Amino acid sequence: MNAKQSVRDVKAGRLDARAYGELFSDLHPPLDHHEARVEADRCYFCYDAPCMTACPTSIDIPMFIREIATDNPLGAAKTIFDQNIFGGMCARVCPTETLCEEVCVRETAEGKPVKIGLLQRYATDTAMQAGKQFFERAASTGKRVAVVGAGPSGLACAHRLAMKGHDVDVFEAREKPGGLNEFGIASYKTPGGFAQKEVDYITAIGGISMHYGKALGRDISLEKLAGDYDAVFLGTGLAGVNALGAADAEAEGSLDAVEWIGKLRQAADISKIPVGSRVVVIGGGMTAVDAAVQAKGLGADEVTICYRGPKERMKASDYEQELAKIRGVTIRYNMNPMRMLTQDGAVTGMEFDRNGETVTIACDEVMKAIGQSFAAESLNGSGAAIALDGGRIRVDDEGKTSMARVWAGGDCVNAGDDLTVTAVAQGRDAAESIHRALGA
Amino acid sequence: MADLSTNFLGIKSPNPFWLASAPPTDKQYNVERAFEAGWGGVVWKTLGEAGPPVVNVNGPRYGAIWGADRRLLGLNNIELITDRDLEINLREIAEVKKKWPDRAVVVSLMVPCEEEPWKKILARVEETGADGVELNFGCPHGMSERGMGAAVGQVPEYIEMVARWCKQHSSMPVIVKLTPNITDIRKPAEAAMRGGADAVSLINTINSITAVDLDTFSPEPSIDGKGSHGGYCGPAVKPIALSMVSEIARYPETKGLPISGIGGVTTWRDAAEFIALGCGTVQVCTAAMTYGFKIVQEMIAGLENYMDEKGFATIEDFRGMAVPNVTDWQYLNLNYVTKAKINQEACIQCGRCHIACEDTSHQAITSMVDGQRHFEVIEEECVGCNLCVNVCPVEDCITMEPISGVDPRTKKPIDPDYANWTTHPNNPAVWSKQAAE
Repeated sequence: MNAKQSVRDVKAGRLDARAYGELFSDLHPPLDHHEARVEADRCYFCYDAPCMTACPTSIDIPMFIREIATDNPLGAAKTIFDQNIFGGMCARVCPTETLCEEVCVRETAEGKPVKIGLLQRYATDTAMQAGKQFFERAASTGKRVAVVGAGPSGLACAHRLAMKGHDVDVFEAREKPGGLNEFGIASYKTPGGFAQKEVDYITAIGGISMHYGKALGRDISLEKLAGDYDAVFLGTGLAGVNALGAADAEAEGSLDAVEWIGKLRQAADISKIPVGSRVVVIGGGMTAVDAAVQAKGLGADEVTICYRGPKERMKASDYEQELAKIRGVTIRYNMNPMRMLTQDGAVTGMEFDRNGETVTIACDEVMKAIGQSFAAESLNGSGAAIALDGGRIRVDDEGKTSMARVWAGGDCVNAGDDLTVTAVAQGRDAAESIHRALGA
Repeated sequence: MADLSTNFLGIKSPNPFWLASAPPTDKQYNVERAFEAGWGGVVWKTLGEAGPPVVNVNGPRYGAIWGADRRLLGLNNIELITDRDLEINLREIAEVKKKWPDRAVVVSLMVPCEEEPWKKILARVEETGADGVELNFGCPHGMSERGMGAAVGQVPEYIEMVARWCKQHSSMPVIVKLTPNITDIRKPAEAAMRGGADAVSLINTINSITAVDLDTFSPEPSIDGKGSHGGYCGPAVKPIALSMVSEIARYPETKGLPISGIGGVTTWRDAAEFIALGCGTVQVCTAAMTYGFKIVQEMIAGLENYMDEKGFATIEDFRGMAVPNVTDWQYLNLNYVTKAKINQEACIQCGRCHIACEDTSHQAITSMVDGQRHFEVIEEECVGCNLCVNVCPVEDCITMEPISGVDPRTKKPIDPDYANWTTHPNNPAVWSKQAAE
């Protein structure tokens, strides 16, 4: 097909109202009481359980499942939150198929792991719906800590610090907390305003003051924070978007997938979000899948994920790829983006090189999901004092940066996978390190 | 194809699977459904004497304990004997027997411990054409408070006396059903034999409270906030039943006394085990109450298949074959040395064998080898206790293997010959004997 002859077709409201509800409802409906008990009975209570080792936050999974099996879901929730205060979100968004569930001995035995993620959700939902708080603040230490970024790492850090009796100020660039939990994850993974409810649940411990609209390098500076506070934690995430380079073009319909996902999450009425009839998503990670599945969900006719490498190198798990395919998304591999085709300043197609052969896909929108980068300029001149590694902040095992009294965690650091659960672990561990350093 | 038919005291049935005297055998309707499903016989739910029938509680009659996935492991009941009119029962028994002449119909009885009531009811039962009677001396709840059931079964002299009356006043085969709520099961069995009973059946249910409600602090099953011990049965009681059956089967005074085995029979395998310990038939209740009558088809097919594989043409070909192997601890071979062996191909790496051994036994299973999660038996520490086999979730993944030569644990050579405690040098009786010499 000649892309230049195509008429761009981008519009909202492609589906009838009910279809939106179905497509954007919970990907995995929660387990009810009976289902949870049946599933919990499958756990063998392994010694030194592989699932627990695989969990970046080291949740005592056999213990919380045993607590569910013995009809103590609140106890189970406590066991989870002890290690991971974002246990509710992680239960929804963790790629369990490559973490705890991948190593479950029942996966080894029968190819059917215990549904750890769903059980975790059952327990945490039970506690959160009951408004049960498990943690209290220790007596005030009089120490003040600044946390930059109200995403999973920042808030996990803030919660743990507040628990230890420190006073925490959280600075968030956006007008709303949650970070990628709120802006970067597909709607069907966390419907019902869960991310905000979870933030409220976490900050209910007290001792945490939220300051919105405060961006590092714009409204606040690291130098000043370091001077004003006893310690600083940086959990800024990745503000930069990797560029397509020469293949990119400034054109209508050339979209940043993360931004688009965020827009969808924040939309009061998703039927008002326009989407192309034919959408190309460039990338190979979870963001690419989240964008593609949702574009399809909004009624796009043809959605194609184009990944530059072979299938086995694609970062999205087999499960995520399978989900995309089930939802009607085409995945094409070894597609190296060469040129964005435009007409009158708008996207009409994308040209790829596939093993030396030129492949052109006509489309109305191109969503770029080729990764994000750390915006080092936000360090606002203090960048020189903080060592970077691979373009991100270098930290040691405890989350300490090269700058005194400054810690960091989450996607902005050079350690661990870019997962919610990893960010939570890093925020929590940095808080423990800060607490030790403050000698309170 | 193996022949499953049995002839127990002259009572013939096409297979050894009888339904025990219990709710499933209280009415013609249920019993006919059971026969249609394939059950070989029934013991009709216990009849009492003529007159107004007993009444049952109107709240819960059953309590239970469960295993994983709420699989019922143990059931308890506080139901009494039949609460239907004696005449209705007798009429139905006669009809059923007439309609199903090839099936065993035995009638369970419980009347006050006096000769006249027994004489009366036996005559009435005999008129129905029933194949035999089973004397309910086992029911542990309710009726025992009125001097019947287990109250009789716990006094060997009463058992003997009533059994004698029954043999005197009836020509039917008499089976005495024994209560396990007693210290030595051989005593009531012996008493039944002395009284002339043709057989014993066991076990009846065990005194039990299945749970305590932690909100109301009432025992379960709870009747308006109070509970009474009930009779416990189901898969959980099978080991107790097997042991009691074996005691009677091997005790010189009762050896050869026909036994109808009862207690947790749930599958063909359970039934075969009771038969191997000498039982001529087995009686089932909880499994039917859990899954319905159809399970008998699995039992029949499974037993046939087992017998075909083993080359047993009839039940008699393997009945009692395990009895000579039941012995006292003191005669067990102390030179039989086994070590656990873990099949690494089958191992799913759950580590339960390790932690069970490490925390509660002999520290004889590794958890880590060369930095890798790996579970391997340390033969120098393994006493061969079998705990790892029992806690392993994968069948046949861990096995106990007999060894010969030198025991790596004791560093001593293993004597290939049988030797037991009675001659062991550590036995005080052996020292004192040596000292005397």
